[in-house]
Amino acid sequence: MFEAIAFYLFSAVTIAMFTITVMSKNALYAMSALAAGMIMISGFFFLLDADFLGVVQIIVYTGAVMALYAFGMMFFDTTREVKENIRAPKLVFLLSGMTALLLVIAFVAPIVSDHIEALYPMVEGVQNPQAVGVVLFTKYLVPFEVAAVMLLVAMIAGIILAGKKMDESLTLKIDDEFQEKGAQ
Amino acid sequence: MITLSHYLILSAILFSIGLVGVYRRKNLLLLLFSTEILLNAVNIGFAAISKFYGDLTGQMFAFFIVAVAASEVAVGLGLMIVWYKRRGTLDIDSMQSMHG
Repeated sequence: MFEAIAFYLFSAVTIAMFTITVMSKNALYAMSALAAGMIMISGFFFLLDADFLGVVQIIVYTGAVMALYAFGMMFFDTTREVKENIRAPKLVFLLSGMTALLLVIAFVAPIVSDHIEALYPMVEGVQNPQAVGVVLFTKYLVPFEVAAVMLLVAMIAGIILAGKKMDESLTLKIDDEFQEKGAQ
Repeated sequence: MITLSHYLILSAILFSIGLVGVYRRKNLLLLLFSTEILLNAVNIGFAAISKFYGDLTGQMFAFFIVAVAASEVAVGLGLMIVWYKRRGTLDIDSMQSMHG
């Protein structure tokens, strides 16, 4: 009963927030709505007994990713309304609806068969973070390490791209810049 | 009673909202927001299947998706800052250097 109430409440709020994110003309509103939607999604994870995933969702998404976006938006002019010329709005909705339907059919098709068996079954009487830790550090150790290296590479790339004078690239020079440099 | 179908339908709805965003957004920053919606919709589906089949693999995949999303934001935002410094706009239609 409470699960049903929570599910419908969370889904209504999430869909509303993400619709605002997609439709809003103001970048700041879009970002705030996205952050609220992320928090609501962590509610689904707690409903689904994935406690650790819910905590990771709050910390990584609404903590790190949203803070990074907020930091990035300080570089851009966010108070001005975003100007977008959309050529065929109806076609957009038709295309995305058809694509989503196709994807859902493609991914749900294997579930129809009854031969699905749990590869790493959940053990009774063990908390979710413990079970996740055991599986993550035994069966998924190599992908975990690779993900760690990938995050390190992404961090260094982010620092260098934002910090160094990467905007003065030689390969993408606009013609005027060459003439300015030549005149000096 | 909430079943697996409820969660999968919700996941599909959120995924379509994200797809609408990817198709109609012309601003690069707002386009990245839409990709975050796509990744989160998939995460809900993974967590739901993980619970209803009693299998932890779905949650593992969700963790790796979160890691990929975090690194995507770091690199994407760096590239966007570089582009904004050069051109002063994030409009996708202005992103062409070849005139053919």
